[in-house]
Amino acid sequence: MTAMKIEQAWNNALAGVALWARTNSPWVLHFNTGSCNGCDIELLAALTPRYDAERLGVKLQASPRQADILICTGPVTRQARDRLLRIYEQMPEPRFVIALGSCALSCGVFHDCYNVVGPLDRFIPVDVYVPGCPPRPEAIIYGVIELLKKLHPVDVILEGGSA
Amino acid sequence: MTTQPDSAATPKRFTIPIGPQHPALKEPGFFEFTVEGETVIGATLRLGYAHRGIEKAVVSRTWVQNLYLLERVCGICSHIHSLAYCLGVEKLAGVTPPPRAQAIRVLIAELERMHSHLLWLGVAAHDAGFETLFMYSWRDRETILDLFEQISGNRVNHSINTLGGVKFDLTAEQIVSVLKAVELMEERARYYLDLVRNDPMLGQRIRGIGTMSAAEAHRMGVVGPTARASGVGRDLRVEAPYAAYTAIPVVVMLETDGDLQARFIVRIREMFESCRIIRVLLDHLPEGDLQARMPRRIPEGETIARVEAPRGELFYFIKSNGADMPERIKLRTPTLCNLGSVLALCIGRQLADIPMLLIGTDPCFSCNDRAVVIHQAGNREKWTWEQFRRYGNEALR
Repeated sequence: MTAMKIEQAWNNALAGVALWARTNSPWVLHFNTGSCNGCDIELLAALTPRYDAERLGVKLQASPRQADILICTGPVTRQARDRLLRIYEQMPEPRFVIALGSCALSCGVFHDCYNVVGPLDRFIPVDVYVPGCPPRPEAIIYGVIELLKKLHPVDVILEGGSA
Repeated sequence: MTTQPDSAATPKRFTIPIGPQHPALKEPGFFEFTVEGETVIGATLRLGYAHRGIEKAVVSRTWVQNLYLLERVCGICSHIHSLAYCLGVEKLAGVTPPPRAQAIRVLIAELERMHSHLLWLGVAAHDAGFETLFMYSWRDRETILDLFEQISGNRVNHSINTLGGVKFDLTAEQIVSVLKAVELMEERARYYLDLVRNDPMLGQRIRGIGTMSAAEAHRMGVVGPTARASGVGRDLRVEAPYAAYTAIPVVVMLETDGDLQARFIVRIREMFESCRIIRVLLDHLPEGDLQARMPRRIPEGETIARVEAPRGELFYFIKSNGADMPERIKLRTPTLCNLGSVLALCIGRQLADIPMLLIGTDPCFSCNDRAVVIHQAGNREKWTWEQFRRYGNEALR
């Protein structure tokens, strides 16, 4: 009985550490599923000195196998769909997805193009939607923070956060 | 990439696939390099991941709706796409926009050129492993995005153009902030020019790499700054001036070395030229209306419009049949012209230079992914959707 209690406490502590690590340094993978580059440059701008998402621990990671969050921009094109699924499956659990920009949300201005097969959430589950054409870097950072808040049982992620 | 070259005299050949999602690529494209040891001996390119079918979609939208669609062909040079479209449609309708509108169009185009070159400088520095330069140039780029926001309310797709003119005027306040930003840009460009010319570490990555002679540049048909770095003075602002460029002579920035360093220098020197053009424009900004009246119907006919995008010549073919929608619009973007040169330049180079060679042409895949099916005599092949999808994915096997 005592051994089980100790084991449970140990597991709880481990889960706490994992959550702490995950919410303090989310690594982000960016995949362009057919975007016009507008969202992509705003995503990069969010990581550069004016907005500097890296101060929150957000790091752009090039390999799906080391990423926690997949940020997708653009409508999903017929050619990019298989790659999208493959990249999503390569990511380790738990994995989260942010749909960035009007096109990833609803295909936007490309809604009736013949090679566009649908918005992102038709193919993979999406956790956070960031609208805009393109969304401002502030909106992108806000989207990431909303995602991190969802993960956290306690509502404090950032000091001074409005949670 | 499991084959290890053995220690025998002749290293084994193996093939390295890169893309469509890869650290060296900011956008989806697929490259396959055959290497012998570290030396590249073959290169193939497969495009189409960002192909959406815009050329087909434009024929089911009205002339005005197309402004917003075509602006989103490319998010980096959105203004220049709508400018080319507007110039073409105005030519068909026989409308000349008022001088003030033409000046504002050129002003935004030059600001966009500076922003695009700074963006490229950052991405190129990132690929060279020079993160500090990446952060510096992207910080400075924000100054220009602020101007866009001040003038049009949006940072990226600013939608300044409309058929027959522009939508936004410049206030005295905005002119002051543009001039202030131009001053800052000149100061920063001087710093970058010095850095690119003299920094020994960066120099090792870019000096004498990917050299393309003027004759080769002619043969491969490269355009824009890539051509100008090889001494080929192609610039539509000079060769076929449009909008306010007819009144402002542009100096073509030429470098003759043809290597990556020359491509860096040409783009940074173009920023000085853009600053000069903006100053001249604002000194002689004409008064008057912003829009000319467009006819209700665009008359039947066909025309071409050519503009100098930040990456080179952008070409629009527009055909109207007198209806409220265009009959055909064909785009030709600079990236596709330049990509061929990358494949040719790769051969014989070290694998580590390839990302820099690719980025040296400032590629923009979202612009260039178009589908063309050529009907030769007797060959009327049709693709099913499944074949079309597999075309992009058969490399997965």
